Amino acid sequence: MNAPTYNFAYLDEQTKRMIRRAILKAIAIPGYQVPFASREMPMPYGWGTGGVQVTAAILGRDDVLKVIDQGSDDTTNAISIRKFFAKTAGVATTTSTTDATVIQTRHRIPEGALHAGQVLVYQVPIPEPLRFLEPRETETRRMHALGEYGLMHVKLYEDIARFGHIATAYAYPVKVNARYVMDPSPTPKFDNPKMDNCAALQLFGAGREKRIYAIPPHTSVVSLDFEDHPFTRYRFDAPCALCGAGDSYLDEIVTDDKGSRMFVCSDTDYCETRQSQGHRGSESAAPHKERAHG
Amino acid sequence: MAETKMAETLNGDSDQPLLTAEGLGKSYGHLMACRDVSFALYPGEVLAIVGESGSGKSTLLQLLSAQLTPSAGSVSYRMRDGVMRDLAALGEAERRFLFRTDWGYVHQDPAMGLRMAVSAGANVGERLMAVGWNHYGRIRDTASSWLERVEIDTGRIDDAPRTYSGGMRQRLQIARNLVTEPRLVFMDEPTGGLDVSVQARLLDLMRNLVSELGLAAIVVTHDLAVARLLSHRVMVMKGGRVIETGLTDQVLDDPCEPYTQLLVSSILPA
Ligand SMILES: Nc1ncnc2c1ncn2[C@@H]1O[C@H](COP(=O)(O)OP(=O)(O)O)[C@@H](O)[C@H]1O
Ligand SMILES: [Mg+2]
Ligand SMILES: [Zn+2]
Repeated sequence: MNAPTYNFAYLDEQTKRMIRRAILKAIAIPGYQVPFASREMPMPYGWGTGGVQVTAAILGRDDVLKVIDQGSDDTTNAISIRKFFAKTAGVATTTSTTDATVIQTRHRIPEGALHAGQVLVYQVPIPEPLRFLEPRETETRRMHALGEYGLMHVKLYEDIARFGHIATAYAYPVKVNARYVMDPSPTPKFDNPKMDNCAALQLFGAGREKRIYAIPPHTSVVSLDFEDHPFTRYRFDAPCALCGAGDSYLDEIVTDDKGSRMFVCSDTDYCETRQSQGHRGSESAAPHKERAHG
Repeated sequence: MAETKMAETLNGDSDQPLLTAEGLGKSYGHLMACRDVSFALYPGEVLAIVGESGSGKSTLLQLLSAQLTPSAGSVSYRMRDGVMRDLAALGEAERRFLFRTDWGYVHQDPAMGLRMAVSAGANVGERLMAVGWNHYGRIRDTASSWLERVEIDTGRIDDAPRTYSGGMRQRLQIARNLVTEPRLVFMDEPTGGLDVSVQARLLDLMRNLVSELGLAAIVVTHDLAVARLLSHRVMVMKGGRVIETGLTDQVLDDPCEPYTQLLVSSILPA
C-alpha cells in the first residue's frame, strides 16, 4: 500500500476552513441553516457525509471520537465512520459517552447527560422542516427570514385530524432560541427534551442538501405543539430487559424465529455501563442485542 | 363623482377610503398593460373591473394587491389602526401579514389558492395558525363553522380539496380567505371555468357573505352578469385604461362610452 495522500481527517485545510466558517455562522445564529459547499466523501450520501464533513472540520489530534447509529456503537455504519477517522486522523476512539469529546450520531442522542466541552454532531438527511408542505426553496427561505411558521402547525394539525394525536414520532420540529424552527434530524421525539439547555455544542450536517446548523450550549429548544395537544415523549412502557432502566429509549428486539421479543436500551453504552454497575433486567442472562441482531 | 355618491350610501366610519390608487400604471417593455388608473374604494364597497381579455384587469388587480410593483403611481391602504399607508413603503413582513389577515385573494384556479394535498380543515385553519392560534380544538371548530357558512358538508372537513368538485373548491378558497375576517377581498374571475348552475350558487353565496360581513371587494371579471350581481360600482377597462366608471346599474343599463355599449350588448367577445 502507498502512504496515504490525504490530509489530517481526510479533508484539505481549505475545505475545513470553509466548513468551520459555516459552523461558526451556524453557532452565531442558532437553528439557522447555513449553506456550505459540501464535498464528495469516500462513502455514499446515506452514510452521513454531512456529519462526517462537520466532524472532519472540528476534529483535533487530542479529540476522542465516539460514533453511534441508532444508539449503537457497533452497527456497520458506526464502525466504518469510526475506522475512517481512526485511519485518516489517527484520533483515539471510544464507545464511552462520558469519555468522548466528539460524538457523531445518526438517529439518537445519548441517554446520559452530555457535559460542557463535548460536541454532538448529527447526520442529517433533510434539513428543511417546512419542505413537507412547501417545496419551493425561495418560499421556505422567506418563511424562515420572516419567522412565518404557521405551516409547521398545519402539519401538526393534519396529524391530529388524521390520527387523533400528533403522530410525528421522528424529526419532530423544534423552535430554537425562540426564533428559528429546526428539524432535529430523524431522532425520536423522545430525545427532543435533551436538546434543550444542553451543556454540549450540537452541530448538524446535511451533505446532500449542503446545509449546516447548530445549537450552542445552553440554548432553549422547544418542541412545537398545541395547547390542547401538548408535546409528549414516547417510549415503550417497559423496563430494559438487560439493565432494568425505566427511563431509557428502548428498541424492540426479536430474540428467536418464533417471534419472542424483548425491550432493551437503544443506547448500548448506557445499558452496558448500567449492567457493569450491577443493574439487572429480566433477561440479564440472555444474549445482548448485537448477538440477537446477528 | 361616483365615489362620493357611494360614500353617502354607506354608514359608520366608511366616509374615509379604505384603498386609493393614484396614477397607477404598469408597462412591460413598450406595452402599457395598465395606465393612469386612479380611484378610491370605500369600506364595504364592491368594485367590479370589467373589460375584454387582455385589457389589463388582472394586471391592475395585482398592482392593487401589491403583488406587482407599479411602473408609475401608487396604492395606499388604510391599515386596521386607521393610518393610510403607501403599499410600496411597507416592509415585506408587513405586506405579507396584511395579505393573510386583513386581505383575501381568491384566484380563478382554486389550486393556486389552496393547499390541494392538505385537509379542508387545515386549509381554513392555516391563516389562524399563522397569526398564532395554538388550540387545535378552537381552530377546528372555527374551520368547521366556516365550512358551514360556505355550504360545505362539515363531514368533509378532513378530506383534501383534490377530492372536491370545482364549485366546492372555490367555496373552500373563500372560507380560507375569510376566516381572519379581512376587510378587503380581491377576486380574479372567481366564477371562471365553472358550470353555469355552479356559478349561480357561488355568486349567491358571495353576495350574501359580502353583505353580511360588510366586506369591501375588488372583483375582476369579463362576465357582466357577475359584475351586475355583486358590485356597487364598475370600472370598464380597454387597452390598459379605465374608460368608464360609475354605479353598476347606471353603467350597464345606460353606458356612455361606445365601447361599453358594445360590451353590454355582448357584441364584443368576452
Ligand atoms: N408578465 C407579463 N409580461 C408581459 N406582458 C404581460 C404580462 N402580464 C400581462 N401582460 C400583457 O398585459 C396585457 C394585459 O394583461 P392582463 O392584465 O392579464 O389582462 P386581462 O386580465 O384583462 O385579460 C396583455 O396584453 C398581456 O399580454
Ligand atoms: Mg385576467
Ligand atoms: Zn438497558
